[in-house]
Amino acid sequence: MKQFLFFIQKEFYHLLRDKRTLFILFGMPVVQIVIFGFALTNEVKNSRIAILDQSKDEVTASITQQLEASQYFDIEKNLQSEADIEPAFREGKIKLVIVFPSQFQSTLLHTNTAPIQLIADATDPNVANTLTNYASAIILDYQNNIRGNQDFPYMIQTEMRMLYNPQMKGSYNFVPGVMAMVLMLVCAMMTSISIVREKEIGTMEVILVSPMVPLRVVIAKMVPYLLLSMINIGSILVLSVFALDVPIQGSLLLLVFECFLFTITSLALGLFISSITNSQQTAMLISLMGMFLPTIMFSGFMFPVENMPLPLQIISNVVPAKWFYYIVKAVMIKGLGFFSIWKETMILAGMTTVLMLISIKKFKTRLE
Amino acid sequence: MIAVKVDSVKKTFKAEKSVVTALQKITFDVSKGELFGLIGPDGAGKTTLFRILTTLMLADEGTATVDGFDVVRDYKEIRKRVGYMPGRFSLYQDLTVEENLSFFATLFNTSLEENYDLVKAIYQQIEPFKKRRAGALSGGMKQKLALSCALIHRPSVLFLDEPTTGVDAVSRKEFWELLRDLQKHQITIIVSTPYMDEASLCDRVALMQNGKIMEINSPKGITENFKKPLWAVRGENMYQLMQTLQASEAIDSCYPFGQYHHVTFTHAIPDSQATSELAKIAPVLEVQKISATIEDCFMELMRQ
Repeated sequence: MKQFLFFIQKEFYHLLRDKRTLFILFGMPVVQIVIFGFALTNEVKNSRIAILDQSKDEVTASITQQLEASQYFDIEKNLQSEADIEPAFREGKIKLVIVFPSQFQSTLLHTNTAPIQLIADATDPNVANTLTNYASAIILDYQNNIRGNQDFPYMIQTEMRMLYNPQMKGSYNFVPGVMAMVLMLVCAMMTSISIVREKEIGTMEVILVSPMVPLRVVIAKMVPYLLLSMINIGSILVLSVFALDVPIQGSLLLLVFECFLFTITSLALGLFISSITNSQQTAMLISLMGMFLPTIMFSGFMFPVENMPLPLQIISNVVPAKWFYYIVKAVMIKGLGFFSIWKETMILAGMTTVLMLISIKKFKTRLE
Repeated sequence: MIAVKVDSVKKTFKAEKSVVTALQKITFDVSKGELFGLIGPDGAGKTTLFRILTTLMLADEGTATVDGFDVVRDYKEIRKRVGYMPGRFSLYQDLTVEENLSFFATLFNTSLEENYDLVKAIYQQIEPFKKRRAGALSGGMKQKLALSCALIHRPSVLFLDEPTTGVDAVSRKEFWELLRDLQKHQITIIVSTPYMDEASLCDRVALMQNGKIMEINSPKGITENFKKPLWAVRGENMYQLMQTLQASEAIDSCYPFGQYHHVTFTHAIPDSQATSELAKIAPVLEVQKISATIEDCFMELMRQ
């Protein structure tokens, strides 16, 4: 037991004395949360648009005003003719042009209908889609206003309610994603590197030729990173609650338990990597390519898994991060209890057990 | 009493398309308390042999015992009682001297205090730096620290794989003095080295080449087995001299050794005629009769 504790202490020395790595390990989750929270976002805000108003009447002025007043649009310039539209897009700043035809107000008043053209830069299809939707909504809003009280005989009204995330914040989506990423990186990569390093400097040979049981070596290697990950989870949760206003809807205890489980999964993965590699570079590359990328691609955090072709959807099932991401979203954002996520938890636990067993079996008592 | 027994051990490795034989049916014994040297160039199979004896590898054929325990069946028992210093062993660079030592002591369920008398001679030399990180030590100091780490649990057999490679001449000498000191504690030491001059410091040596043991004997026994008269020759142009001598029928062997070439004749000739015989073949400045070193014997054995 003394042997085991001293081994853990030694691992802590390694961890704490490498100041640069330590700084990255603790700094990374904070920086990621801040970057994703404040800088990188797929919400559309303050997009630059241009207006080509060939009518210049009361109605067009009022619609333009409402567009300007919304947080989504900034009117960059007023175009003078249709010939200006192409050059305006080519400059690249403008994402949307709103074209009012001449005699807009009188057409509207006399024929009861008037067209407005929305021209969007669809190089990024999602942005173009969102912008035209926003603009249409504002115009529709205006139309409802001028219609006043004169009711149509039949009318279907849609009323939307955004469940779990009423403000449609992106941070509700990425906080669980960042958690999966950070745990994957810290645990899988760092454990595999720290074990492989011992192979590289020859100390593994000496440790093997000692009475210490290999299983204990492995566990001692994991303990510091387990602790580090729990601290990281803490800092991510604190940041997301207090800085990003993402509340923890469900049970904190359950959330921490699920994080703990996923940490063990990642540690088992790291152990597995270390058992199949002999150099730190290879271990790092495998962790990045084999763990980190799938985490980003297949967890559903960046790209919705439901939209992927069937083969990719099947592949995504073996990525542990996918299940973890689902669980965290369910507990943290939706506030669901254990009974709603027990299946996912079992899958994660099963993966962990299998990985753990394989890597402990593969962790050799000899060199070959 | 026999401490290490190796009986026709064979080991092969699969390379990409061929099979490399690292050890070809090696057999030898080492007695208790002996300082036994494995001498041979890189690739002779020394490290493989060490790994088999320290239970890190399994031999394809043959058996081996350490302290009476079988290296395959009783590997756990062996791991409790041997000390091993691998060739590329470099300690934990980010731990201090003291922490390195206590780590390896704890690993073997012991402590520095318990076996202080054993490592005292070595540890005293590095003690002034005990708060220093191992990475900041000189090469010689590192090897002494590594030796202390391998000794800390009072092993009955100590395996040292090229402990002096990359260490300066003075530190090498000190290191060997330390090894001789350790023999007083009844520790069997098996040490490998590519340096022939270190062979004479062992009780017995095994000369290894290409996975085979060419000869096992005391250093004295090995040099005494070199029966032919040996001559050290010096000339104006040493390179040309060697080529001319090697090409000559009358000369059996000629190898460069520092400032001299070591030469043997094909047929025995009286000592007094050696200089004139050599002068017939090539211009020589100096000829001396010398006794063979281990390296001469090694070269001779390699030729056979």
